[in-house]
Amino acid sequence: MTSPAVLVGVGGVLGAIARHLVGARIETDTADTCAVNVLGSAALGLLVTVPIGSGLTSVFATGFCGAFTTFSSFAFETIRLYETGRRRRAIANAVGTLSAALVGVALGAGVGHALGAVL
Amino acid sequence: MNEDHPIARVEPLLLIAIGGFVGATLRYAVSAALPGGFPWGTLAVNALGSFALGLLLYEARLTDLLSAETRLTLGTGLLSSFTTYSTFAVETTALDPAMALVNVGANYALGFLAVIAARAVTRGSLP
Repeated sequence: MTSPAVLVGVGGVLGAIARHLVGARIETDTADTCAVNVLGSAALGLLVTVPIGSGLTSVFATGFCGAFTTFSSFAFETIRLYETGRRRRAIANAVGTLSAALVGVALGAGVGHALGAVL
Repeated sequence: MNEDHPIARVEPLLLIAIGGFVGATLRYAVSAALPGGFPWGTLAVNALGSFALGLLLYEARLTDLLSAETRLTLGTGLLSSFTTYSTFAVETTALDPAMALVNVGANYALGFLAVIAARAVTRGSLP
């Protein structure tokens, strides 16, 4: 039995590389970071409603989704927008990311429940 | 090394992979070490990670002492994987409405203050 920490780490490797490959680079465009955060939240909403077992949960939920999404880049980019005078965009980024991520979680959970009923 | 060499092309991915492994594992360790009932673990990693990323990026902007490889490993790899938006969002939806508001307020306030504090520390530490 592989340690949960190692499984989370393996998921973290995949999540970080996936975030880089889809083009969500720190400081380039807040839309990139918003997109990975919303997509990752929807995916995690789905994963936590489907019983996939503790091993796969460690790799894909805690590891992959946790690492694919990022709070630090979001916080840094939002403050950068604000301090460079783009205050409305900063507030829109903060509120928009939150709203879209919460909707994403609900949609992911909805799909998860539907799948659970079918399987 | 020639930039077109295959190893030069996969090098950024290897650095991000190392950082991603360490960041996600550390996040897991912090969550396991903190008490349950409220998502303290996610709040802690998001505040700490935002502060550390602020230090790294403001330092890069002001003094540029660190190499691009170090910033890729620590910023894109470790700190971006250490902090998480998806876990924060899912945990928020699992709380009752009042505690959900507290969780959003705490993560946003501490995350933003951490970046502002990192900027102040970085500027204060300039020679």
